[in-house]
Formats: sequence, structure tokens, C-alpha cells
Amino acid sequence: MTDQITTDPGKPAQRMRAGSLTLTVAPWIIAAIALMIMPLIFQSNSALTIMNQMWITVIFALAYNMLLGQGGMLSFGHAVYMGLGGFFCMHIMNYVEDFGLALPLPLLPLFGGVFGMGFAMIIGSFSTSGAGTRFAMISLGVGELIAACSVIIVAFFGGEEGISGDRTYGLPFFGIEFLKQIEVYYLISFWLILSALLMYLFSRTPVGRMANAVRDNPERAQFLGYSARWVRFYSFCASGFFCGIAGGLFAISYEILTEENLNAASSGVILLVTFLGGVGFFFGPIIGAIVFTLLQTVLSLQTELWAIYVGALFLATVMFFPGGLAGLIMMHVPAYRLGKARGLVVPYIKTLVPAAIGILGICALIEMVFHYRHGATGDVEMTLFWTTFDSHTVLPWVIAGAIALVGIGIARATAPSLKEAWDEANTAGGAS
Amino acid sequence: MELILVNLIDGLVTGLLLFMLSAGLTLIFSMMGVLNFAHASFYMLGAYFAYQISLALGFWAGLLFAPLIVGVLGAGIERYGLRRVHQYGHVPELIFTFGLALLIEELVQFIWGKNQMPYSVPEVLDFTAFSIAGNSIPAFKIFMIFISISIFIGLLFVLTKTRVGMIIQAALSYPRTVEALGHNVPLIFMGVFGVGTALAGVAGVIAGPVLGTFPGMAFVLGSIVFVTIVIGGLGSLWGALVASLLIGWITTFAKSYNIAMSDILNGLGFATPENMSENPLRDLWTVTSPQIADILPYILMVLILIFRPAGLFGKRET
Repeated sequence: MTDQITTDPGKPAQRMRAGSLTLTVAPWIIAAIALMIMPLIFQSNSALTIMNQMWITVIFALAYNMLLGQGGMLSFGHAVYMGLGGFFCMHIMNYVEDFGLALPLPLLPLFGGVFGMGFAMIIGSFSTSGAGTRFAMISLGVGELIAACSVIIVAFFGGEEGISGDRTYGLPFFGIEFLKQIEVYYLISFWLILSALLMYLFSRTPVGRMANAVRDNPERAQFLGYSARWVRFYSFCASGFFCGIAGGLFAISYEILTEENLNAASSGVILLVTFLGGVGFFFGPIIGAIVFTLLQTVLSLQTELWAIYVGALFLATVMFFPGGLAGLIMMHVPAYRLGKARGLVVPYIKTLVPAAIGILGICALIEMVFHYRHGATGDVEMTLFWTTFDSHTVLPWVIAGAIALVGIGIARATAPSLKEAWDEANTAGGAS
Repeated sequence: MELILVNLIDGLVTGLLLFMLSAGLTLIFSMMGVLNFAHASFYMLGAYFAYQISLALGFWAGLLFAPLIVGVLGAGIERYGLRRVHQYGHVPELIFTFGLALLIEELVQFIWGKNQMPYSVPEVLDFTAFSIAGNSIPAFKIFMIFISISIFIGLLFVLTKTRVGMIIQAALSYPRTVEALGHNVPLIFMGVFGVGTALAGVAGVIAGPVLGTFPGMAFVLGSIVFVTIVIGGLGSLWGALVASLLIGWITTFAKSYNIAMSDILNGLGFATPENMSENPLRDLWTVTSPQIADILPYILMVLILIFRPAGLFGKRET
């Protein structure tokens, strides 16, 4: 699972297992066990809801990364495939309820996947002839078209209020009726492991490998006798399939689908999630989806301004760590292999802890400015970091400002020694 | 007949407004090869800055200073943000501008709140210029047309007749050669980015009072601007002009003439089904042209990309 997908020309000695389907089993077993015991640790209903949302986003982000990371195709309308799969599943769910069809609920996402793939085949037939701007623009156009159609074509999309259904009306599946959140959780987890495994195996097939080749140099891939267009088309269809599965799971979990599942905002969010996690590694989108869902659900409870922080985090990621969070983690692998990772711990603490405190100070200033400007008149009390104070007096501002200045100052002062330690940890040999 | 004339003027206003955005965007694209997703955000910033300035100094000071501030801001973002991301390749650049668009929208909400700002037409221009068959044309619209056309002529003059314009054009096609001749190409890029965003700022200043100054205004216009330059051909100024006017007129006419799909289908010889509420195609029968006016540009773009990928006036494949 830690196999690097990108081929870095700077590292010619990289181990390549092109075309082989071998995989390390250990991470998958650990992931499966983790998925199984998670609900035992976090038992509340809201935690289950958050986790359901998280795993659905993971599937969606992995499917998106099949295009962005592995195929080099930037799509601005990918929510369409997930949304359409979801809408289709919802219709099947209602059909089962009306006509008593013998279709077990756990199989439903499969139909969403097939529908998503079917739609991807239609769109892909003309959009995959080029990567780059052309593909991005067609995806944007199709995305806007479908989002607009969802308000016009009421028969399928249900107009403004969307369509809703009830997952429990189907036949029980081995006695399980999916009444409880926990049953849905295990259903989603099952599909998560299955689709993640399939997507991983897809990236190891010759088609998946050729997708990387076409991303890096389409001309050369064509000289080798592969049609760049067909390779892109296959990736696109496979991605549409897994997006549809995510959509089907969404339909089961939320029992309602609206225009919101199709529009440009959802497409933007998945791009953000995937890039935040890191497009260069298979597990990048998983990290991205987990971090983003946590930010979205936990941070948005704490502050109204969470979108600003997420946006700033995103921009900082693009500017300073284009490899995303996964890239950040994998940066440490060489140091770890050299056995020098331990030497980094102290410099990290010296720099990152003050930096984090400084950033918290800045956040406090931002929150106070927001409260000062937009709070109701007479409402001068605000609570921040478990302390309640009067935002219209000078003292809190001075404290927050001082914390920000001192934190950032210390971080700046210790940054050179961190750089030194980093260089030292990544150099082979020497005393350590 | 009179209605056609009124619609022509309305479409012209919309089209020229789009052109002011797409002109800057298409210049920036031909320069860096990257679509600036945050372009419409600079348009929004223009409107908000102008509103803030107009509170203190009046509309005309806003028209003068807001685009300048936006331009300086744009140049700064190019210098300290985009240039840094440039080394990682095109996709991160695109994603950077995308993130920037999100962040600017959030920041605007942070500073000015979510409500629409009371930014209105200045009193000097708040009268009816003339009326056609009972439809009055406000003077501000004429003013908008005047500003946009003079900007287009000015831009064309600078790009084709002056020395600076020549160097810019050369730098767009052969940046390395121009650099070898001793010109500071990164500075030129920064300048073009600044001017492009300033143009978007001007569009914001004059569109704010008419279309409303609210945090969603960038989102409303954002994707249409891409559609415009893709239809016109990426990197082509004339293409941007033609496509802007085309989109302006198509949407205006589709909105003002209520053409129902059922009439077209009846005209083609299909009979209207009797039981409409049960028919699976009922939505197709009830579609009218004002309903689909806003998605017509997207249909046009997808068709153009399929059949003529270079766009109407473009020279290179996208």
C-alpha cells in the first residue's frame, strides 16, 4: 500500500513492480480490523454518522484520484457520477418498496456503480480524447448541465426538494433490516474495503499502469502502441463505476438525494479533499477524506469560520506541500530507512509546537475580529478556547497578539536548526 | 421589432461585461497556459472595494481606485503565490487558483457579511437615457457599453501598436527568446496578470450596482467566463469578444422570448400526450426557453469542444 505511484525521475533505483498484481496484505487486514472496531470505540450515533460520511467520501476520493492522480485528468464535475448513481439507487429503492422486488439492500450500490459507469461511458466517449484543459472544461460543462437539469427534469431528479426513500422496506438480508445506524455502518465498511481493494488492484493492472504512462507522456505511450484515448476512457469508466458505488451508499445512508449532490460545489469539495490528502499516493485520498470530514464536522461545530481555515489550509498545501498530507508523510521514509528519523523529533517539537501555538493565536485574533464586527449589538461576551471574555476590551487582543507573535517568532528562530537536522537525517553515513 | 432592439441592447451590455472578464482571462491564459479560476473573484473584489470607496469618496473615486487596488492585489498574488506553484506544473496551478477563489469568497463573507451590499447607481447616471416603444433604457447601461468599448479599443491599441504590447505578444509566444533579448519576462507576466485582474475589477465596479454586490456574485459569473473563452478559442482576444457577445445575446433572447418545447414538438408533428402527469417525458414537454437560457452556453461549449476543439477563433488545440 505504500508503493509510490508517481515515477520520480530523480530516483531511478525505485522498485517498480509494473503490471504485477502482488500486494502487501498487512495494511489491508489492519484497515479491515480498524473499520470493525471503530464503532466499539466511538459508540454515539453522531460518531457513526460522521464515520459513515467519512467512508463514503473515502470511496469517492479514491475514485476521483483514479483520474487526477493516476490518469492526470482534472475533472471539475465529478460529483455528477456519484450523484447520478445515488439518484438511480434511490429510484430502485422506491421501486422495490412499491413492487416488492426481491433485491437485497447490500447489492444496491452495485447498481449505482453500473449506472455511474454507463453515464461515464457516454461522457467519456467524447471527453477523453484529450487530457488537460479540454477534458477539464468538458467536465465542467457537463457538470453544470446535469446540475441545471436536476431542477428542470423533475421526473428523475425530483426538482428542488430532491427524491427520498426508505431503505428498510426491502427484504431483510439474513435477518438484518438496516433499521439501525450500526448496520448501515458495517455495510458501508464492507463496500469501502471491497472498492478500495478493487481500485488498488486496478492501479496494478496493465491498464492502470498505462494510465500512469499516458499521464506522464501521452506521445511516448502512443509510440509504444497504446491508444492514449482508450487508456483514459477505461480509467474514466472505472472511476465512474466507483463514484456510482459511493452514490449508492450515500442513498442508503441518507435516504435523500438533492441537487446539492450534483452541483459544482460538491465537485469542488472532492477535488479539495483529494489534493489535500495527496494525489501521488494511493492512500493519499483516504487521509484527505478523513481529515476533511473531521474538519468539516468537528470544526464547523466550533466556529462559523471553518471554511476560511480549510481554504487557507488548502492554499498552504498547494503552495508548500504539493504532495499533500501523504507526500508529507512519505517525505520521512528516507530518513526512517537511514535510521535517523529519531534525530528529527526534538527539532520538530522545537519548531512545530511554537508554530502551532502561534497559528492558534492568529485564529483567536480572526475569531475576535469576526465577533467584533458581526456580533449582535450589546453582545460583547465571547467564548474561545474554554475561556469567556469581553471582546470589546483591549486585554484579550493583546494576549492573542502576543501569543501569535511569540509563537511565530520562536518557530522562525528555530527553523534553521530544523532545516539542518532535516538535511542531516537525509544524508547517508556520518555519525548519528 | 422594438423588442428585438431592446434585447439587442440588453444582450450587448451582458456580452460586453462578460468580455471585460474574459479579455483578462484569455490574456492570462495565453501567458501562463493556465485558466485562472479566481478571475471572477477579482471581479467580486472590484465591486466590494468600489462600494467601500464609494461610501467615503463617491462612485467615481471607486471606479478609479478599486480596479487599481484589485490589479495590485492580483500582481501580488502572481508574484508570491502563483509563481511559487508554477514549478510544480499546470495542475497544481489550476488547483491553486481554484482554492484562491474559495478563500476569497470566504474572506469577503468574513469582512462584509453574507447580505447584499446597498451599492447603487450614482445619481448622475440614474435617469432614463431614451426609451424604445415604452421600454426605457437607463443611462447606466449606455455608460457600461461606453466604458467596455473604450477599454477594448485601448487594449487593442496597446497590444498591437505600442512597444510594450509588442514585447507582451512576443513574450506570450516565445518567452525564452524574449528573455534572452534582455527583457524581464517574469515582470511582464506579473504586469499582465495585474492588468487582467484590474480589468475584472473594472467589470465588478460597473456591474456591482446593476447585478448586485453579494458574496455569490463570483460564483454566478465564474464558470460562464470560462465557457466564453473556451468558445472563443483560448488565447484569442477577438474570439473572447465574439463569444461574449454571442452568449450575451443568446441568453437574453432565450429569456425574453418564451419558446415552449411543446410548440416545437407540435410543429415537428408530434402530438401532445393526453395524460401529462403520468408521462415519463413530461418534463421535456413542459420545458420553455427561459428555463434553459442559463445552460445554453454550456451546451454550446460542449458542442464546440467536440466538433471544433480550438474554439471559434483559436489557433491551438486546448
